Amino acid sequence: MNSSSIPYKQSPPKALWVQQFQNRPLGVVSIAIIVCLIAASALAPLYNFVFNISPDQVDLLNRFAGPSLSNPLGTDELGRDVLSRLLHGGQISLFIGMVAAGFAAILGTVLGLTAGYFGGRLDAVLMRFTDIVIALPLLPVLIVLAAIDLGELGLSNTFASHEYISLVRIITIVVLFGWTTTARLVRASTLSLREQPFVLAAEAQGATPARIMAVHILPNLTSPIIVSTTLAIGNIILLESALSFLGLGIQPPTPSWGNLLTNAQELIWEAPALAFYPGFLIFLTVISFNFLGDSLREALDPRKNKAVE
Amino acid sequence: MLAAMSFVIFVLIGLMPGDPIDLMISANPDVTSEDAERLRKLHGLDQPLWQRYVNWASAALSGDFGYSRIHAKPVFDVISPALQSTAILLGLSFGLSVCIGIFSGVFAAYHQNRRLDHLINFAAFAGISIPPFWLAILLIILFSVILRILPAGGMGTVEASSLWESARYFVLPIVSLTIASVGSHTRYMRAAMIDVLRQDFIRTAQAKGLSPSRVVLGHALRNAMLPVITVVALDFGALFSGALITEMIFAYPGMGKLIFDSIMGNDFNLALIALLLATAMTLLGNLLADGAYVCLDPRIRLAGGSR
Repeated sequence: MNSSSIPYKQSPPKALWVQQFQNRPLGVVSIAIIVCLIAASALAPLYNFVFNISPDQVDLLNRFAGPSLSNPLGTDELGRDVLSRLLHGGQISLFIGMVAAGFAAILGTVLGLTAGYFGGRLDAVLMRFTDIVIALPLLPVLIVLAAIDLGELGLSNTFASHEYISLVRIITIVVLFGWTTTARLVRASTLSLREQPFVLAAEAQGATPARIMAVHILPNLTSPIIVSTTLAIGNIILLESALSFLGLGIQPPTPSWGNLLTNAQELIWEAPALAFYPGFLIFLTVISFNFLGDSLREALDPRKNKAVE
Repeated sequence: MLAAMSFVIFVLIGLMPGDPIDLMISANPDVTSEDAERLRKLHGLDQPLWQRYVNWASAALSGDFGYSRIHAKPVFDVISPALQSTAILLGLSFGLSVCIGIFSGVFAAYHQNRRLDHLINFAAFAGISIPPFWLAILLIILFSVILRILPAGGMGTVEASSLWESARYFVLPIVSLTIASVGSHTRYMRAAMIDVLRQDFIRTAQAKGLSPSRVVLGHALRNAMLPVITVVALDFGALFSGALITEMIFAYPGMGKLIFDSIMGNDFNLALIALLLATAMTLLGNLLADGAYVCLDPRIRLAGGSR
């Protein structure tokens, strides 16, 4: 008999977690909100084109204008269009959140996988190091890092003052501290996977550690990595906006949700609404990513399924 | 550990732009470049970084932490009032947050998957996701701009007429810091409680006919507290970060604001000691957690595991 004629008794696992996920309205709503926010920021140039404005265009005769047809959310203290600045700020904040979370996930996975697979002293050293990074008072340390003069690190001045360097710098800083959760989760899963028969079989066949980690263990780590990365995006956007708010992240006039709030804080007596929008967008984004991560965790983790409880 | 941290921070601060002499030159155009060289020699700034670290560390160990450049006072005279203010802010909001977190976490776990649980869970997520500086600004808008009942920041004057007059300045910072940390405490507590409530000894206790409150408070709570203490203590660093933002917005004269101002103002001695103290406080928090863990769980002492 042909082995392929044996029918599946179980639905394939992918469909199962999709079903699980669809049962969680908060997760589905979160995805919808995230997609809308990303689409809106990505379409910022189109918006500028239609309304014929730019986020940096100053109009001093039109300061603190209320919502109108040409400025749907009004204007700020220099007469710049608020909505346009919000959308461009969103591009930066979302970009940093996702790119930095991606790099942090890679770093965390490599460290967690190495620690979990090799165990022993290497594991002890790496995990102790992780504990120290977690225990650090994060923001003060980040402030020091953000204040470092790149010129003293041997980089040329033209390079250090380049426009994109503040973007690269903040992503680097955030990645340096954002990998710990992923590393811990990956290590914990690797510890149990390492003892599984299929890993032992691969070892018996003489596979190199690198091959076992990449081919046999890594695919089984997909769900913890996806979950921790999703949750990390929210945290990183919060961190970036906090640094930018303190004036250490993205530098004005380039807008980011964090530095838009810095300006608005000085103007809360004149224009409280200016302080509302950027913070609300950060809040909406972060809570959506957190709910998404939480729903994914529950959908991907069969032990937590409602049927079992 | 602290020594290693002090070296790392020393190097990082050394990498920041400008040294004290540069600042002196820009403040006073009469200083010639020969004077600058002489001053650099006098203060040992011409020596390599590691040599300066050794100089600093040996002075620090004998109790001389140097002068703060901005405040023109010994470092500790600047730090101790800031440390007090932060201790009040952190202590009160941490206590409040842990109490509320335990209560609502236990409550949510007891009513798991019912409407109340979902409501608490949603609120906890909102608390985690809200940017602390935005929350603080919203509170200022509501209570200072619209209602005009609480001050937007600062610290009361010396001749405050009553206790309430000076306490008013603490209300908004404490409330905003508490909201920022209560969400994660609630979620930890809820998760731990759900795990414990599933276990056999809880069923036994229920079967004995104990009242639900005895089961929850007497049997489940103590076991659920164990994992929570560890994560809450690890969160102490995060709480300090939150305090920094809160202090910045409310112009609250605490450690966070001091660290920020000293780093921005190139006040090396002050920044160094303040950062070290912040790190030491965080590590102390973790140590206390280990201690509390042993108190709550006698099994650890018997196992004799050394950490």
